[in-house]
Amino acid sequence: MMEIGLNHYLVLSTILFCIGLVGVMRRKNLLMLFFATEILLNSVNIAFAAISHFHGDLTGQMFAFFVIAIAASEVAVGLGLLIVWHKRHNNIDLDTMSTMKG
Amino acid sequence: MFEAIAFYLFAFLTIVMFYITVTTSQALYALTALAAGMIFISAFFFILGADFLGAVQIVVYSGAVMALYAFGMMFFDTTRDLKEKQGNKYVVVGLSTIAAVLVVLIFMAPIISENITALYPIGDGGNTQEIGMVLFTKYLVPFEVAAVMLLVAMISGIVLAGKKMDESLTLQSEEEINEKASK
Repeated sequence: MMEIGLNHYLVLSTILFCIGLVGVMRRKNLLMLFFATEILLNSVNIAFAAISHFHGDLTGQMFAFFVIAIAASEVAVGLGLLIVWHKRHNNIDLDTMSTMKG
Repeated sequence: MFEAIAFYLFAFLTIVMFYITVTTSQALYALTALAAGMIFISAFFFILGADFLGAVQIVVYSGAVMALYAFGMMFFDTTRDLKEKQGNKYVVVGLSTIAAVLVVLIFMAPIISENITALYPIGDGGNTQEIGMVLFTKYLVPFEVAAVMLLVAMISGIVLAGKKMDESLTLQSEEEINEKASK
């Protein structure tokens, strides 16, 4: 119990991933959906760093870096698109963008 | 001992913060709770000896991403309460749990078999130095690809959310753009 092993971190990562998935499933507002995706990416990062530490391998940390880079660019593009959508339709609810016609 | 205390403390704080993020109906609460959760997650990286990753987590997430979200939220009406999907709550939670456990199992199955050996073992230099050595020798090409990806993201962000807020290329029709270009 007091000795923190790899499984502790993986359980924590799973719990955070669950929270993020619940957020993705029940949020209607697209901005909140982006927050939930950030939670998903972060929970995976914890798992990567923990595996990297407990197996003495730097590859996990490398993957975590690339995940962070992807998250940053996702936010930039996603927010840009969100601003354009908000200018056009004046809301960012998911239900209003169920059709794909421009 | 202290590692265990730190782990449980930060695990509790992170879970609480992210729970607030996904359940609150106020966008500002969600944003601040998310920023706090990111900071707490960097504590795990410091516990795990990944110092550079922890610093990057604070700088990129709590600095850049949160500033970007705060900037983006100025465009949206965040004062009104957010509407939520009225689905079956238990189905959502159950499906999420099953999916998350499945993902962890899929990724852990090869690791649990204990047949793996460290590809780039952690040496006795500092963490930042080791990461630099591996990143700029073995992972140079992915690093450059990530750099190009960030450049593309930056350009698309500028084009989409642009400087001239009153006239946007993405909102105009083809004729308007051609008319402006011919002038």
